[in-house]
Amino acid sequence: MVENRPWLTVISHGVLILGVLAVAFPLYITFVASTLTLEQIMQVPMQLTPGDKLIENFSQVLSGGSTTGSKAAASSMLVNSLVMALAIPLGKMAISVISAFAIVYFRFPLRMFFFWMIFITLMLPVEVRIIPTYKVVADLGMLNTYAGLTVPLIASATATFLFRQFFMTIPDELAEAARVDGASPMRFFWDVLIPLSKTTMAALFVIQFIYGWNQYLWPLLITTDESMYTTVIGIKRMIVGSDSANEWNLIMATAILAMLPPALVVMLMQKWFVKGLVETEK
Amino acid sequence: MEKRVVFRSAWLPYALVAPQIAITLVFFFWPAVQAVWYSFQLQDAFGLKSQFVGLQNYAALFKDGNYLESFKVTALFSALVAFFGLAISLLLATMADRVLRGAMAYKTLLIWPYAVAPAVAGVLWAFLFAPSIGIVTYVLKGWGINWNWILDGDQAMLLIVIASVWKEISYNFLFFLAGLQSIPKSLIEAAAIDGAGPLRRFWTIVFPLLSPTTFFLLVVNCVYAFFDTFGVIDATTQGGPAQATNILVYKVYHDGVKAADLGGSSAQSVILMFIVIALTVAQFRFVERKVQY
Repeated sequence: MVENRPWLTVISHGVLILGVLAVAFPLYITFVASTLTLEQIMQVPMQLTPGDKLIENFSQVLSGGSTTGSKAAASSMLVNSLVMALAIPLGKMAISVISAFAIVYFRFPLRMFFFWMIFITLMLPVEVRIIPTYKVVADLGMLNTYAGLTVPLIASATATFLFRQFFMTIPDELAEAARVDGASPMRFFWDVLIPLSKTTMAALFVIQFIYGWNQYLWPLLITTDESMYTTVIGIKRMIVGSDSANEWNLIMATAILAMLPPALVVMLMQKWFVKGLVETEK
Repeated sequence: MEKRVVFRSAWLPYALVAPQIAITLVFFFWPAVQAVWYSFQLQDAFGLKSQFVGLQNYAALFKDGNYLESFKVTALFSALVAFFGLAISLLLATMADRVLRGAMAYKTLLIWPYAVAPAVAGVLWAFLFAPSIGIVTYVLKGWGINWNWILDGDQAMLLIVIASVWKEISYNFLFFLAGLQSIPKSLIEAAAIDGAGPLRRFWTIVFPLLSPTTFFLLVVNCVYAFFDTFGVIDATTQGGPAQATNILVYKVYHDGVKAADLGGSSAQSVILMFIVIALTVAQFRFVERKVQY
């Protein structure tokens, strides 16, 4: 605060409160819609206070999905989303941390070649190679499997870079001491590098958890079987026709279920989230 | 940057990079090469025969009015998303940087949309703006505005811009806030002593010093608008009405998956790859400049 300008402070709070309200407005309407019956929603204008069908709507979607659209139960979709949201960050970290270790702590022929190969994947997001990638996965027989959902997404240049950058900041003396003491490279990796990397891993995990949970295009292509739908895909599959033909109360209940886990992760792990965001994007 | 102390092993480093290289080869390089290969081929309607046609698919694309239109739509959409996304979040970040009380609460309440999947954001806003039952539609009708994004292309565009901006504000907000907090307070104080008011200080000191962050976010927001908004569009307008929201990525998906035009879709993929490469290079050139700042 450079100077005291009370009116400016009032304006600041006003703008921020407006911003918070604008950001929260769709969420509130979603919540209200998930507590109403379909008839209540169809009444224009929809009421703006929560109704009493919260438990009915949620138990309906958790056990049986919608009646007009997809009948996939939200409970199994949540499990699929969770598998994706856990397998992607864990897989990414596992393969990235070892490849970064190799690139930083070893000198070997083709080292820079491998480095550039990983680097170039930054420029090939799944959206630009949709059909050929789909074909590869189909040829490998991985459609409608967890492996098909996760493995193609775990190669990542960002994670490798993040670990590489972090390893570069670790003092050489640690590696030297480990070598003098006769520790093998893997011993050094497990006993020194991994414990030091915990913060980086936590930050990366939060970002990649959200990335995995919110995947859309990839599961849309790979999952044709209702039992393999993720929550985000399930919502889309519940929308079947024009706006009055959809069971919006159930769709909105599923939307709440889809938003809750990543939103909780962001809010509860805010410190790691901000750190992960700022560091992975540099 | 190189490490002075390294380990020695003839096989271990290869074993360590193997998993990542294997996945990269199978799921990145092989499909990318195939995309290039398909883009030079013409397949018959049943996918039984294919014929090498050179650059014919590309030539056909650039003669196709729909494809050129899709470029325009993408440019307009990215410009709107980037502009409003940056302007709104810069305003909010500047205000949040000023206030002392409740700064943390505002931050927490503003960042959660980052966690919402683009497709879900699309569904939420499509519901609010639904032509017959939407609550916002109802309010707009009261003001004499006839709202139906299913029929009106401009309104459909507005809908996907709102949904995309809403989701992206939290990300921009965090970066702007971090940027604002790293500006030395002494500069602001010096300007205040010289009699510059808050607005003047913002435009002559804060905004120029923030330009590295702004540029970085501009690139990131363009990438976001180009690729990550696929979910928003697929969950709401699906490229319609009459191609009014058919951005390049959606067209690749639509032509390849729904219309099964392998050659044309692959040629579009290859063009998109070049766009991504250009954006990535822009991003990295910027990172080098930021180091000096």
